[in-house]
Amino acid sequence: MVNRHVIGAHYGLRDWLLQRITAVVMLAYTIGLIFFLVMVSGASFQGWKALMGMTWVRVFTSVSIIALALHAWVGVRDIWMDYVKPLGLRLTLHVLTILWLVASLVYAVKVVWGV
Amino acid sequence: MQKSRPKHLDLPKIRLPIPGFVSILHRVSGAVLFLALPAVLFLLDGSLRSSTQFEDFRSFIAHPVIKLGLIGLLWAYLHHACAGIRFLFLDIHKGVDLHTARLTAKVVMFVSLALTVMIGGVLW
Repeated sequence: MVNRHVIGAHYGLRDWLLQRITAVVMLAYTIGLIFFLVMVSGASFQGWKALMGMTWVRVFTSVSIIALALHAWVGVRDIWMDYVKPLGLRLTLHVLTILWLVASLVYAVKVVWGV
Repeated sequence: MQKSRPKHLDLPKIRLPIPGFVSILHRVSGAVLFLALPAVLFLLDGSLRSSTQFEDFRSFIAHPVIKLGLIGLLWAYLHHACAGIRFLFLDIHKGVDLHTARLTAKVVMFVSLALTVMIGGVLW
């Protein structure tokens, strides 16, 4: 019997799959970044800034950070569900986790798009 | 079915097998990265300012305590990524037999530590 709670997982496969897909997106981004860092081993400020100023790189960075937020949501929520049993406390931690991630996401948009 | 066997859990005697170590470190490193996320974004922000501010930022980052923290984060990222790749393969039923699973767990531990030492050494 499945025991459904307000703060339970949103029921399996979808989140499981989401976490894996977002992981692959971040791996692709990481490999791309390593490739760049190896190519320009001098790591000049100008080169770095030019790279991070290109629109497609900004889009790729933004997409990867959104993937990160979704990935972290599933992972951190799993941690709370494993170790924190009291309902009220768990709900509070879930809400704080979401706020933390949304705030990070907004900050990331500012940093990546240079508003 | 309830079993009425007595339980004796001598915690210091229970040793986590190596794939268990990789797994719990994957969780710990993930939690650390989650908490460090705003700090990492702050670093990215600092690296993208004007060239004079970039130099100021560079000397701020050069402080040994901050550098050590960053190398710690580097390990967390590398371990999380390497262990994650291993889990993706386990998900598609590659490397699930005991011998291979133990071997790949050791590879994950070794590769993430070795890369941390290498990259950390270059950056120090």
